[in-house]
Amino acid sequence: MDNNGNKTRIVKEIKVDTKKCVGCRACEIACSAFHAIPKFSSVNSARSRIMVTMDEVRDVFVPLRAGDYAQAECNGRNAYVIDGKEYDQCTFCPASCPSRDAFKEPDSGLPLKCDMCESQPPLEKPMCVDACTFGALIYEEKEVAIPVASVEASQEKRGEMKTGLESLIRKYGIKNVTETVARLGKKG
Amino acid sequence: MRYAETGYNLEIDLSRGSVDKVETDPKETALHLGGNGIAAKMLFDRVPPGTDPFSPDNLLIFGNGLLNGTCVPGANRVAVNTIAPLNGLMGHSLMGGMFGAEMKMAGYDRIVLRGKAPDLVYIAVHNDKVEIRDATHLREKGMYDTARLIKEELNDSRVWVAAIGPAGEHKAFLASIDCGNSSAARTVGPVMGDKNVKAIAIRGTKDVNLAHPAELWEMCSRLRKELNANPNVGDWMAVDEDDSFHHNNFSWGNARVRRKTFWSASLEERWRNLKYDHMSRQTGCWNCPKACHNVIKWPNRRRFSYKCYGKDTFHMASFQELDFTYEILGVSQDLGLDSYSTPQTVAFALELLDAGILTEKDFPGMPTDVRGRYYHLLHKIAFREDIGDILADGVSHAAERIGKGAEQFDHNTVKKFEQLPIKLGKLNPAYYLMIATGEDMAITQIEGSFPQDPILDPELREEFISKWDAVPDQKFVEWFRQWQKRDQLPDDAMVAIVDWNECMHYLDDSLGFCGFVSSFRGQFGGTTGYHVWNMPKVITHATGMEFDKDRLWECFQRNRNMVRALNIRLGLKRSMERPPEDHWAVRNEEYEQLLLSKYYDFKGWTFDGTPTKETLERLSLGYVAEDLIKRGILAEDDVTALNDPRAKKEKE
Ligand code: SF4
Ligand code: SF4
Ligand code: SF4
Repeated sequence: MDNNGNKTRIVKEIKVDTKKCVGCRACEIACSAFHAIPKFSSVNSARSRIMVTMDEVRDVFVPLRAGDYAQAECNGRNAYVIDGKEYDQCTFCPASCPSRDAFKEPDSGLPLKCDMCESQPPLEKPMCVDACTFGALIYEEKEVAIPVASVEASQEKRGEMKTGLESLIRKYGIKNVTETVARLGKKG
Repeated sequence: MRYAETGYNLEIDLSRGSVDKVETDPKETALHLGGNGIAAKMLFDRVPPGTDPFSPDNLLIFGNGLLNGTCVPGANRVAVNTIAPLNGLMGHSLMGGMFGAEMKMAGYDRIVLRGKAPDLVYIAVHNDKVEIRDATHLREKGMYDTARLIKEELNDSRVWVAAIGPAGEHKAFLASIDCGNSSAARTVGPVMGDKNVKAIAIRGTKDVNLAHPAELWEMCSRLRKELNANPNVGDWMAVDEDDSFHHNNFSWGNARVRRKTFWSASLEERWRNLKYDHMSRQTGCWNCPKACHNVIKWPNRRRFSYKCYGKDTFHMASFQELDFTYEILGVSQDLGLDSYSTPQTVAFALELLDAGILTEKDFPGMPTDVRGRYYHLLHKIAFREDIGDILADGVSHAAERIGKGAEQFDHNTVKKFEQLPIKLGKLNPAYYLMIATGEDMAITQIEGSFPQDPILDPELREEFISKWDAVPDQKFVEWFRQWQKRDQLPDDAMVAIVDWNECMHYLDDSLGFCGFVSSFRGQFGGTTGYHVWNMPKVITHATGMEFDKDRLWECFQRNRNMVRALNIRLGLKRSMERPPEDHWAVRNEEYEQLLLSKYYDFKGWTFDGTPTKETLERLSLGYVAEDLIKRGILAEDDVTALNDPRAKKEKE
């Protein structure tokens, strides 16, 4: 709850200061080591959920965290000119998409997504941020209000979902439905 | 499973076009670690003496340091080794940046090139997929375009491309091999050109496995923060704009003129602005918490980066200012020329012109202004045109070919290798030994652990000692306490100091550490990042091999003796181990020779500088001794230098 009595949630944010990035890839190393099984047992940039695009000649240094899986590549792209430097859209796009091999598990090809280093007990800050000694990655936790409209909408949606599930359970039995939902949950 | 290393070499025979992934023997890693150590053994085992460096039988080895590609901060150096056309000895140059780590993630500890491609090719490596591809369309392209076009062709912006420029293709001895912001600058480039390999493009997506994950990670994240906070590691020249040391003490031109009062506050201010007005950012190497490369955008030039003394060489050779270096350095890099020996060679040529040994006729079409002349000659050298064909082989060879007294102007090379232009008043024993005997050829690759100067104030001295974790043995502390004058310590101290300095470089070059976080950074401030006390733990946790200081020190000795035996077999002689005649004003031949004998003796070498059978056997290098004995280079009963009658005569 914030002061106005609205519902709130914590948003974890990593601010990227591209001016400070030196291209050392310590963030990639930390992320891949943290997600290795067992933990820290290997280093492999391709398994990292953060990737640094770098090009000294164009002075482009952009660390980028993996976002959602995209089924198809964009049908047109933007080129950005920022402070006189040219960037292509993919440099800023966090999608694991068919146009490139970024953010894909190298063995299986399954999409990788940044999970903000969720772990128990929680880390003080994400691994990539901790590894970046240059201050290019800055971790912030923000409390943001959840818009009333979206709270209502989600309540409405839940109502709809409940009706739908009830009819499925009647048709297939509760065991089958729970098993299917669990399986789908794992895939995500 | 192999830890920290992959356990595989990529062997490419360019004559046959064959590619083999060869499993390596973990025992060799335990004995030689990696990098230059294993490369020296390979060259010893596989390249017979008498092999022309420009023969298909010569090897060009890109050898990862053992810890590259792991989470160990500051480990990223690839040792590039071959038999160098420059002097027929082992060529050794280190490349930082990303190439080594990417090679590890592609699944290889080293890439070994042999043979000679029928025409220009490049090698594309993506994990197990290795292709030898046509590169004729890249002929005489600069470094930048080569990397860009290969990335486009492979449709992968994340490959790392190590390439030669026109200079390497024309087998200029001054040619370098560059990858991103890093460069294996010296002696090895022409061999890549001779093998007709324009570039190696590499990308890897495999795991580099670590033996003791939790312990290693804990140690590395602590080290990363320590190195980041430690002002004594990294490159000072990246952050400190007071560069009076090089400009006032090193010689300008063809290692000729000292300008002791060159530096001033106003100059510093002007140059600081020049730098920061044009600097885009600083960049680093794989997994290093220091960023030593200054990226410069100069008007009408492509963006480029430099580090360390690379900032000074062009304007000091030509008596210009920093703006000249900023304007020409990127051009020189793009041609694939080493920024260290090239300006010295140009300065040498222009001095010969002044002296009348060369004439205007030798320089057709050369502009009259100094800056114009440098550009002109850079191109001539890189493409081996006119006089450039002679200069392309560096000062020493050029002097021999030009003759007519030009040899007198070759006054700053040792073993044909251009040295830092440091001309001193009198002999400094440790410096003498390093410059005379170093087989990494450049003083900066040998010095660096023991301080350059004593601390006279007893309180400050004790404070220094209290933080001196790197010191491998109490005896160095005692010597440091009694040390009053730079050139005055007992001979046995000087010899041991040189040995320690060398030890750290050999360890760095086989483990992959950058000298700036290790071997080169003990000499100022004492608190370097890595030393013989913390390295063993890092190695143990990364590789699973039990290591301690003694075992590590033995690896250094083994690699040092391996390199020495290789070079002796290639023709290295005691008489070649001498600094240029004018390196200090007053020479004392007798004392220098005695020092040399003492150093050889300490190392367990003969009067001729060859490791004795006993020395080699002690280091599990019995087969090396056998080989040298079989060839008549060593005798079963050869004794160490001071026990040789020739040394006894020397003393009398
Ligand atoms: S927050 Fe964690 S999971 Fe996300 S990119 Fe950084 S290290 Fe990887
Ligand atoms: S660790 Fe920081 S400085 Fe290094 S590449 Fe990542 S974001 Fe850039
Ligand atoms: S200290 Fe500098 S040169 Fe050495 S590895 Fe780090 S960034 Fe590279």
